[in-house]
Amino acid sequence: MSSTAAGWLQVALLVAALAAVHRPLGDWLARVFSAERHWRAERLVYRAVGVDADSEQRWPTYLRSVLAFSLVSVLFLYLLQRVQQWLPLGNGRPAVEPGPAWNTAVSFVTNTNWQGYAGESTMGHLVQMAGLAVQNFLSAAVGLAVAVALVRGFARTRTDRLGNAWVDVTRAVTRVLLPLAVLSAVVLVLGGVVQTLSAGTDATTLAGGTQFLPGGPVASQEAVKQLGTNGGGFFNANSAHPFEGPSAWVSLFQVLLMLVIPFSLPRAFGRLVGDRRQGYAVVGVMATLAAASLALTSWAQARAGGAALQLAGAATEGQEVRFGGPLSALFGTATTLTSTGAVNAMHDSFTPAGGLLTMANMMLGEVAPGGVGSGLYGMLVLAVVAVFVAGLMVGRTPEYLGKKLGRREMTLASLYVLTTPAVVLAGTALAMSVDAGRSSMLAEGPHGLSEVLYAFTSAGNNNGSAFAGLNANTPFWNTALGLAMAFGRFLPVVLVLALAGRLAAQGRTPATAGTLPTHRPLFVGLLTAVVLVVVGLTYLPALSLGPIAEGLS
Amino acid sequence: MTAVLDRPPVPSDPPPTARRAAVDWGPALAGAVRKLDPRGLVRQPVVFVVWVGSVLSTVLAALDPSVFGWLIAVWLWLTVLFANVAEAVAEGRGKAQAATLRQARTTTVAVRPDGSEVSAADLQPGDTVVVVAGQVVPGDGDVVEGIASVDESAITGESAPVIRESGGDRSAVTGGTTVLSDRIVVRITSRPGETFVDRMIALVEGAARQRTPNEVALNILLSSLTIVFLLAVVTLQPIAVQAGAGQSTTVLIALVVCLISTTIGALLSAIGIAGMDRLVQRNVLAMSGRAVEAAGDVDTLLLDKTGTITLGNRQAAAFIGVGGTSDAEVADAAQLASLADGTPEGRSVVVLARTAYGLPERSVADAVPVPFTAQTRMSGVDLPDGRRLRKGAAGAVQAWVRSLDGAVPRDVAEVVDGIAGSGGTPLLLASADAAGARVLGVVHLKDVVKPGMAERFAELRRMGIRTVMVTGDNERTARAIAAEAGIDDVLAEATPEDKLALIQREQAGGRLVAMTGDGTNDAPALAQADVGVAMNTGTSAAKEAGNMVDLDSDPTKLIEIVAIGKQLLITRGSLTTFSIANDLAKYFAILPAMFAGAFPGLDRLNVMRLASPESAILSAVVFNALVIVALVPLALRGVRYRPSSASAMLRRNLLVYGLGGVALPFAGIKLIDLLVSLLPGIA
Repeated sequence: MSSTAAGWLQVALLVAALAAVHRPLGDWLARVFSAERHWRAERLVYRAVGVDADSEQRWPTYLRSVLAFSLVSVLFLYLLQRVQQWLPLGNGRPAVEPGPAWNTAVSFVTNTNWQGYAGESTMGHLVQMAGLAVQNFLSAAVGLAVAVALVRGFARTRTDRLGNAWVDVTRAVTRVLLPLAVLSAVVLVLGGVVQTLSAGTDATTLAGGTQFLPGGPVASQEAVKQLGTNGGGFFNANSAHPFEGPSAWVSLFQVLLMLVIPFSLPRAFGRLVGDRRQGYAVVGVMATLAAASLALTSWAQARAGGAALQLAGAATEGQEVRFGGPLSALFGTATTLTSTGAVNAMHDSFTPAGGLLTMANMMLGEVAPGGVGSGLYGMLVLAVVAVFVAGLMVGRTPEYLGKKLGRREMTLASLYVLTTPAVVLAGTALAMSVDAGRSSMLAEGPHGLSEVLYAFTSAGNNNGSAFAGLNANTPFWNTALGLAMAFGRFLPVVLVLALAGRLAAQGRTPATAGTLPTHRPLFVGLLTAVVLVVVGLTYLPALSLGPIAEGLS
Repeated sequence: MTAVLDRPPVPSDPPPTARRAAVDWGPALAGAVRKLDPRGLVRQPVVFVVWVGSVLSTVLAALDPSVFGWLIAVWLWLTVLFANVAEAVAEGRGKAQAATLRQARTTTVAVRPDGSEVSAADLQPGDTVVVVAGQVVPGDGDVVEGIASVDESAITGESAPVIRESGGDRSAVTGGTTVLSDRIVVRITSRPGETFVDRMIALVEGAARQRTPNEVALNILLSSLTIVFLLAVVTLQPIAVQAGAGQSTTVLIALVVCLISTTIGALLSAIGIAGMDRLVQRNVLAMSGRAVEAAGDVDTLLLDKTGTITLGNRQAAAFIGVGGTSDAEVADAAQLASLADGTPEGRSVVVLARTAYGLPERSVADAVPVPFTAQTRMSGVDLPDGRRLRKGAAGAVQAWVRSLDGAVPRDVAEVVDGIAGSGGTPLLLASADAAGARVLGVVHLKDVVKPGMAERFAELRRMGIRTVMVTGDNERTARAIAAEAGIDDVLAEATPEDKLALIQREQAGGRLVAMTGDGTNDAPALAQADVGVAMNTGTSAAKEAGNMVDLDSDPTKLIEIVAIGKQLLITRGSLTTFSIANDLAKYFAILPAMFAGAFPGLDRLNVMRLASPESAILSAVVFNALVIVALVPLALRGVRYRPSSASAMLRRNLLVYGLGGVALPFAGIKLIDLLVSLLPGIA
């Protein structure tokens, strides 16, 4: 089968799988967050933590719970790395240095999973399992909880209660992420992903030399790495490593895992607000953007620029030839559109246009479909902005899902839109103006800028993928990117929960023929345009000096 | 409900053209220059950013003079100036009107009942003054004694005098109006400086204009976009320097100004003022801009039946014979019985008999008219030949016939019920002569829906607005009229309390309610409604309670007010979309101009093939400034608004202002570039 045909088949399989799964999973997600009853295991957790699971929280309390929980997670993960030499299953690894330990702690708690270290040579199995893998679950669960709180803001009327953060996080783990992760891990093991507690073995190669083959509990971590749109690899090479991504099938399955929850959440949203068409509209926007991005990336990758590339048939440098070019494009697109950040090929080696697109995917704010939870809440905030402008055009004070968008709502939504570009652009400018930042750049000229811009885009949008080519394990980069990840995650969370509180307190304006319909193709097109213009255009000047300049030279 | 019942309908369609002032550019330009003061501009963040850019670029041009530098500086100043012109023009329209109003206010001396004189400016609420023919009423108040005809043209523009009398719903007089006849005693209700005319002056001058909630929300969005673009450009410089493509500050300023939404930022304030002005042109005074916005959001319209939906009075629609009498005979008898009846109903009987049966109006000598009384509930005529004709309520007429031992045919009940069931009023016609008394037939009286109303209500339904008819009639009658006019719902046998309760119910369901009213007993409902339009003929209590006053006292105008509110919001949204969509072309003009020197490949983004980097940047700045001027008329007039569903409206406006906003600047910038590139030092 030609590589192109395989590419088409992969996409078709993926779309079919998503179409089949999003309904039951979306419905299940809606039930999980509206069910009254607690599971026995969950009750144990609530008792252990000391939470009254049946009391609901106002938005400031919900926010405090989320922030406190994340802060404790950061501290715990930092400590765990710092003392790993005394812990079992450490494989003799020394304590992680403070800089990378801080960076890694923030990175995993913010669902970014930016990795300034090489996994197999830095982290012992215990840190991987009890630290990183646990945060893979919890950070995704926090994202889900925040998204659900915002959806409740739309769904509820005249209340100051948004639900209980502890219950939402717990249920996200026990009822969604854990069962799915167990299932996926089994599939991955069957597909050839390693799962062992052994540190690895020395193998004798055919040529008679010896080679160290690292081992570890990879499959169990790999499942939630994709499912929770985390992306932090067990190995430095991430899913390009043969033990982490052994075959094209497994690689395709991993793409499915990344997309499955983000693409199912709009369905849950539609059910929770009592109008499934609203969910379809949101998923329509996500799918439109994703399809366009994938088409462009595949085209850019397949279209070879130089003589050598034409000889090879496509841009193959840095691509995982086991998987073929199209799957690299698919994986690269999915991982940057979902805030996952796992890679099965190095984005640094994509064509300039391909690299530009992976960056642009993140710059859209990780909303198509975005990270677990964060994709939905990001898209809903952008929908608020789109409805505001469009709503004016039909001659009414804009309202989305029956909620009026007034001064306070627009302040919060505007600040949300402002936050991530501010973090990304300020970080990039800072790094370009100080020696500590510039000295880590390996490449000169536009490609160097692309590396730096990519790093901050990835951190600010909590993606975690790297362009490679940037030595980010320095005090400057560990600190700056750590801050970018923290601001990029928690400032939006504050704004989203405040918005949820405002919305829940409102009554509901009934829809009439004069109300802007937000479930029609016209609105899908409008919201897509808003995502591209309001968010995307912000980065155009910086992009024009990086990948655009590179691609057009 | 109240005085609405006895007020003749007022034609509403042609807005009084006398009030529409032409745009006066001279004073507007002067005003625009005065508005360059940054203290005032801080209120408009987008324009303020341009102002700061202008100052900076001027300083830079002075330090390092170049044709390009000076041209950019000049055009940035022009951008600020054009933004100010938009606002000044909008305000200027009201100024002329304010001047006439001031003349009305410059009275004078008021006379107390005891004969002592007091300055009009010193009058306090509760004071009483005497106003006689030829004098100007010194302040707002209620007539407590007497009746007078008053010329209110200073306020309403309507030259026909109106009657003002003590008690009832026509007791309110407005300061600045002139008493034409008789003498009235007025109790003042307004504080000095807060009279109706004072408020009107402040309003039309824009002095009292507070920014409305939606305007504030939009301003916040625009400010945050401004900050994003500022950041994007400020952070660009270190990156560009590193890439060996550092830019001059002038170029960076030009980029910021082009990217931030200057078009809508500059026109936002003018759009708001113009919206108020459009109301004033239709003789409606909004006490707050908030009310104008709320008008666009209205979900439920409460409309009084009489005078709004139907013509003031019931009219004869048919003559129906009973007991063997032919319809034509009924028409003849009914006309005779109504000859002396001067009421509108009576006149309509005469007219119908003439038009439908060709019976000319006649006069019968020696006929004795029998007037209507509350006791008999009949009226009629005693003819010289001894025949007595009576018409009136069914029960009364039947009783009269029976008292004369006359016969009531069996089909009477059927006809009467039929008419009542269809919402009409049956008027029984009977005669008595030597041969005895008998019921002749029935006159079908019905409410006549004003022409064109059904279409307007259909429009409202398309816009998603529910209409509720408020009437004192019984439910059945009300429903029938509602069905004929295309009204969604009725509030029958309504008391003012019912009205208030209905409004509260609608609001509890999240709907915004608009209504008109004029009586004192309407005041609570007017205050409760989101848009309460008081009639100028109404009481001061009503005018105080409402948030708009219609000087023409035309309740139908509520529909126009809703349209104006919507148009205001649509204009804002459309120009915002246009403004943001413009950015795409500007990027394609400026980015290659900035960076093609360092990265020649970027010249491929120069899709417009602009002549040189300088001409490209200058063209974008010039386009940016000129588009403001070009859109001033649109901002003042409001975008075209046709009642239709939200989907249709969105599609149209997105097409025109979204796609148009993307495409137009490509052509515009290219065109300007062709001219600009002819300048020495630019090409």
